[in-house]
Amino acid sequence: MENIFIFLYSYKEAIFIIVLAIFLGFEVISHVPSILHTPLMSGANAISGVSIIGGIILLGHADLSTVSLNLVLGTLAVLFGTLNVAGGFVVTDRMLEMFKKKPKKQ
Amino acid sequence: MEKILYTLDGASFTVGDTILEYSYLLAAILFVIGLKYQSHPETARKGNIWAGAGMLLAMLTTLFLHKNDQGQAIGLINMLIIIGVIVAGSVIGAVIARRVKMTAMPQLVSFYNATGGAASALVAIMEFYNPENKAVLVTLLGIIIGTLTFSGSMIAYGKLDGKVGDIFSPVMKYVNIGMMVILAGLTVMFMVLGPDLPYRNELGILLIALALLYGVLFVMPIGGADMPVVISLLNSFSGIAAALAGFIYHNQAMILGGILVGAAGTILTVLMCRAMNRSLLNVLVGAFGGGGAGPEGKEAGTIKEISLSDAAVLLSYTQKVVIIPGYGLAAAQAQHICSDLDKLLTGKGVEVKYAIHPVAGRMPGHMNVLLAEADVPYDKLIEMDDINPEMPNTDVAIVIGANDVVNPAAYDDPSSPIYGMPIINAHHAKNIIVMKRGMGKGYAAIENYLFYDDKTRMLFGNAKETLQKLVSEIKTL
Repeated sequence: MENIFIFLYSYKEAIFIIVLAIFLGFEVISHVPSILHTPLMSGANAISGVSIIGGIILLGHADLSTVSLNLVLGTLAVLFGTLNVAGGFVVTDRMLEMFKKKPKKQ
Repeated sequence: MEKILYTLDGASFTVGDTILEYSYLLAAILFVIGLKYQSHPETARKGNIWAGAGMLLAMLTTLFLHKNDQGQAIGLINMLIIIGVIVAGSVIGAVIARRVKMTAMPQLVSFYNATGGAASALVAIMEFYNPENKAVLVTLLGIIIGTLTFSGSMIAYGKLDGKVGDIFSPVMKYVNIGMMVILAGLTVMFMVLGPDLPYRNELGILLIALALLYGVLFVMPIGGADMPVVISLLNSFSGIAAALAGFIYHNQAMILGGILVGAAGTILTVLMCRAMNRSLLNVLVGAFGGGGAGPEGKEAGTIKEISLSDAAVLLSYTQKVVIIPGYGLAAAQAQHICSDLDKLLTGKGVEVKYAIHPVAGRMPGHMNVLLAEADVPYDKLIEMDDINPEMPNTDVAIVIGANDVVNPAAYDDPSSPIYGMPIINAHHAKNIIVMKRGMGKGYAAIENYLFYDDKTRMLFGNAKETLQKLVSEIKTL
C-alpha cells in the first residue's frame, strides 16, 4: 500500500502530464470528419514512433567494446523506431497530398 | 553548454540539459498543433509536416544533448552508429511508403504500427534487466503492451494482405482470458518479489514470449470488417507503450507524444465502433451476430437484373446520381474507372455525388483516400448524415460493392444483427443499381432486402469490369 503512495508521489509530475495529455488528445481529435480518420490514424501512428527517442538514448550510451544487450536492443529499437517515424510520416503525406490536388470549389 | 549551472535536489544541470528539456516541450507542442491541423482537410498536410518537424527536433536534441545518469554525453562513435541506423531506416521506410499501392495502405499502417510497438518494447525490455530501474510496473506494462502491439499488428498486416486467414473458435475467448490472467499473474509476481525472484531473467523471457503469443491470439479471431477497429486500437496501444517507455526514462517528449496517440487512437476506435453500432467488447470478443438466420416471414421476392445498355441510358438521361462505394470497389481497385464514370456523367450534365459511409472501405476514410487518388474532388464526397436527406430526390443510386451499409434491415428488422446500425438510405432513391460480384452476403452474412426491392436492378460481375463496360456503353450513346 505504502509503495503505491511512494510511486504516486515520486512520479506526480509525469502523472499530471499524462492525465492532462489524455484530455488534450481527446479534445484535439473528437471533431474530426470521418474522411480524415485514416490519414489521422496514420499520422498519429507516426507520432507513436517517438519511442525512437528511447532507442537513441539506449544506443547512445551503449558500451561499444563488446556486443552488449544495450547495443543490440538499442540498434533494433532505433531501426524500428525510424521505420515507424519515416514510413508513417511519408505515407500520411501521400494520403493527404490527394486531398490537396483540387482546391475546394464553392 | 557543459558548465554546471545549478544543483537542485542533488541533481546538477547545464545549459544543454535545459535546452534538451525545453526542446521536448516544443516537440510536444508541435505534435499537438500537427494533430489539430490534421483534423481539417485544408490544413491536414501542413499538420503532418509540423508533427514531423517536432519529431526531428526531439531526435536531434536527444542525440546531441542527452546525458546519462553519470553525466556522460553520447559518444561520437555511438552518435555515428545512430545516424547510420536512422538514415538506413528512413530510406527503407520512406521507399516502402512511396511505392506501396493506395489500396494496400491499411496494411502498411499496420506494419509501421508493429515497428513502433517493437521499438517501445525493446526499450522496456532493456530496462527490465537494469537493476537500478525502480519503475517496475511501468516497465512490465511497457513490455507487455509494446510486444503485443508488435505481434498483433503483424498479424493484422498479414490478414489485410491476405497472407493470414481468420481462425475463429469459441475456445479462443477462454484461451485469451486465460492468457490475460497468466500475464497479470506474472506481473504481480515480478512486482511483489522484485529483484529476489528466482529465475527472474528466464521468467522475463517467458513474459515476452507470452505477450507475443497473446498479440497473435488477440487479433487472430477478428475478421474482415472489424480489422480497422483492431488497427486503431493497436495504434492507441503503441502510443501507450511509447508513453510507458518515456515514463521509465523520465522523457517528456515520449510521454506526451505517446499519450496523445493513445488518447487519439482510443477516440478513433470508439468513433469507428459507433459507426458500426457495435461496442468495442463485441468486436474483440464476439463473432458478428452469429450469422443470423435472417428474419422470418418476410418474402425475399425476386432479383431483377438490368442490362448494361439499359443502365447506361438510365444513368445518362437523369438529373442526380449518388454513388455508394463499398469494400468491393476497393477490393476490385475500381476507383479510377468509377471516377471516369463520374466525369462522363458530369459532362452530360448529371449531378454526381458520392455517399460515404463512415466504415466504407477497409478503414474509415479509406474510401475517401482511394477516391481522392482517382481525382474525385473531396467536396463531392458526402458523409452519410448529409447525403441521407438528399436520397429521396436522387434519381439513381449506384451501389458498388457495398452491402451491409445499405441494408434497410438496420431500420426495420429488430432481429437483424445490424439493427440500429446507421446506413445510407439507398432504398429512398427513385432507382437503385447494385453492382455485385454475386449473390454473396456481406460481412454480417445476412440477407439484404434492398436487392429485392422493386426499384432495384442488379448488375453482376467484378466492379471494375462492370464499370469499364458501363463507361464504354455510355460513350457509345
